[in-house]
Amino acid sequence: MTRTQVHLAAHFPGVNNTTVWADPRSGSQIDFASFVHLARTAERGKLDFFFLAEGLRLRELKGRIHDLDVVGRPEALTVLSALAAVTDRLGLAGTVNATFNEPYELARRLSTLDHLSEGRAAWNVVTTSDAFTGENFRRGGYLDRSQRYERAAEFLRLSRELWDSWRPDAVVAESATGRFIREGGIRTVEHHGDHFSVEGRFTSPRSPQGRPVIIQAGDSDEGREFAAAHADVIFTPHGGLEDGKRFYADVKRRLTRYGRQPHQLKIMPGVTFALGDTEAEAAENAATIRRQQVGPQTATAFLEQVWGRDMSAYDPEGPLPEIEPDLSEGVSQGRVPLKDRASVAAKWRALAEEKGLSIRELVIEVTGRQTFIGTPESVARRIDEHVQAKAADGFILVPHLTPGGLDEFVDRVVPLLQERGAFRADYTGATLREHLGLT
Amino acid sequence: MTLHLAVALDGAGWHPAAWRESPPDVFSARHWARLVAEAERGLLDFVTIEDALGLQSTLLDGDDDRTDQVRGRFDAVLLAARLAPVTSRIGLVPTATVTHTEPFHVAIGIATLDHVSGGRAGWRAQISPRASEARHFGRKEVPPLKPLGHEADPHVRELFAEATDAVEVARRLWDSWEDDAEIRDVATGRFIDRVKLHYVDFAGRYFSVKGPSITPRPPQGQPVVTALAHSRLPYEFAAAGADVVYVTPHSAEHARAVVEEVGGLSGELKIFADLVVFLGDDAARRKARLDELDGAELVSDAAIFAGTVTQLADLLLEWRRAGIQGFRLRPGALPYDLEQIARELTAELRGRGAFRHAYEAATLRGLLGLPRPLSRYAEVT
Repeated sequence: MTRTQVHLAAHFPGVNNTTVWADPRSGSQIDFASFVHLARTAERGKLDFFFLAEGLRLRELKGRIHDLDVVGRPEALTVLSALAAVTDRLGLAGTVNATFNEPYELARRLSTLDHLSEGRAAWNVVTTSDAFTGENFRRGGYLDRSQRYERAAEFLRLSRELWDSWRPDAVVAESATGRFIREGGIRTVEHHGDHFSVEGRFTSPRSPQGRPVIIQAGDSDEGREFAAAHADVIFTPHGGLEDGKRFYADVKRRLTRYGRQPHQLKIMPGVTFALGDTEAEAAENAATIRRQQVGPQTATAFLEQVWGRDMSAYDPEGPLPEIEPDLSEGVSQGRVPLKDRASVAAKWRALAEEKGLSIRELVIEVTGRQTFIGTPESVARRIDEHVQAKAADGFILVPHLTPGGLDEFVDRVVPLLQERGAFRADYTGATLREHLGLT
Repeated sequence: MTLHLAVALDGAGWHPAAWRESPPDVFSARHWARLVAEAERGLLDFVTIEDALGLQSTLLDGDDDRTDQVRGRFDAVLLAARLAPVTSRIGLVPTATVTHTEPFHVAIGIATLDHVSGGRAGWRAQISPRASEARHFGRKEVPPLKPLGHEADPHVRELFAEATDAVEVARRLWDSWEDDAEIRDVATGRFIDRVKLHYVDFAGRYFSVKGPSITPRPPQGQPVVTALAHSRLPYEFAAAGADVVYVTPHSAEHARAVVEEVGGLSGELKIFADLVVFLGDDAARRKARLDELDGAELVSDAAIFAGTVTQLADLLLEWRRAGIQGFRLRPGALPYDLEQIARELTAELRGRGAFRHAYEAATLRGLLGLPRPLSRYAEVT
């Protein structure tokens, strides 16, 4: 029996402190060349897909635009369309918000990307209800939190109707008979639901995958249920072995309710990594990267988000001050608010006292270390073990450097996964659905 | 002075029966890549790509159920982006509709096209007045489009007012990051200088947009905005926010009158004339054959030319004397009429000293002689 195959994807480095910009090797976050380098590296490694995130409003802290992290992104589907020209097999996944788009327009953009990439398009469906982001849009932040997934589900159902509305053989283009479209080849869609009312014909012929691959990234109970009902891939934060197994079992179990098989939803945690020739060197590299990710000012900013007050007077290389958190209101906009700041603050203080940590060391300690730290051999082994143990179907790799952050993984870890028989030596299919085993 | 030449790409060409000559695979990237490569070999300024939020139709509003003409289109901004890496100098000008869509999304889409093409992006901003297209969104009741001129229709007036706002918002968003906003200052830990990012704070009758953009300033600063216009109302729309306007005169005399009218609204606009063209020694016969296949004589909003490249060069130079600065030619049939433009017409014009021998600039603004503007929010020191 063949080994369960690992699925791997690459995330373009994001706009938060995990992306290191102060390193001399750090290149542009916006030049197309950076996207080309990462996408081609991913394709050289035979990865399943390349993933772009989205944020429709710049993050703010204390009412001002956050300036310590990488900021600025292109429109995801537009960049992916351009990348379709410089790659052949790599899946192209874009995050696009279901709250601030309309189904007819977005479904046609996704169908277009699927055509232009010959069957490699994926849509990471996200939702938002915050009025802060809504300030950039016609509709504003009108959507009640409880309705986000309802709207997203109806959005998806309607998108499917639109994608399915052209028969696969609708375009005949027979010169002799003068028939371009088969009689009855394009169905009129009529949809009247709680969130959308759409009538008419779609402009895009059925795309190579029929329907682009659907990715979902919510972790709440609702999010998991949505994924079980609608998604082909779920992007999760559960990269550990034990929490991964729990999440995996939970989500796969939910599939039966929708008449779906376990292989029809791939579970892919987002993970970070640090490599070295020895375990000790890898640990040292990991620590260096963590220090780069949490500079002094970033440490202060993290502290301020929990403490809810200006902490700039305290030396981030010094001890945590006596001052208590101000629990009146949050200071951060455009990212998920920290829940229960009082208990987080208490935990941080206990940890700092116990280990004698400075503010910066504390923030390094409490904000995610790399998921996989080790030699290429040990990282390949652990990735394989996670998949064989049903803690994940694969991983979405999040490099910390643009554009070279994936090079070493592809050059050193991927070949070892291939040697283990756990990862494809070459693409066997043409479409992303085929790479993911969804057909 | 060199003429500006653009071609308008759509399906198999602008004659509805053009696909029957040599059925192209209009739904493959390869088809489009070949066309734009041909245009670039001819050193044309740019290509435009047609689009709409509904199927093509011979009716003013709504589907016509015809199966004998090309139906179906790709999203033009994405198609232009797909073509960017396989070209290097030619401008890429997709159509994007501003009715029903989010101005913020359109603005970052065009900005991104400018980034992936290294400064070759333009945008043909278009309204969608059709009730049939409004039903694809279901957000507002729209009266059926009347066959009379746009001016009379209050609904259409509203749409142009909204479109004017959409272009204004896009331009503000493109400027909302100053060119040197990214500083990567290790000493202070700052990636950007937030003083150089600006809220656009647009609040109009149809929408409001806070900003700043999520996308850094495009390489051209301001991608080239273009609009097709046939009458006073769209002339005013173009004059308010566009860099290039495509007009549709039917004679040199008419061209002179249009230039005078549009020029009176704005001295900055580049005025291009649209022409549907069938080229070659047998152009008239080719067009007649296509008319016969389609069962009707071709009608168009733009003048229709069928003749040799020498005759077309004569016409273009005559219209230039009337004040037209460039032409957007709509090839009757692809790829034939495009090849005639890119190979023969450009050679003919070059022979008369009226067209470039090499691309003289790396950006579309550069090719059109438009300077790269400073951000409107930048403090001039």
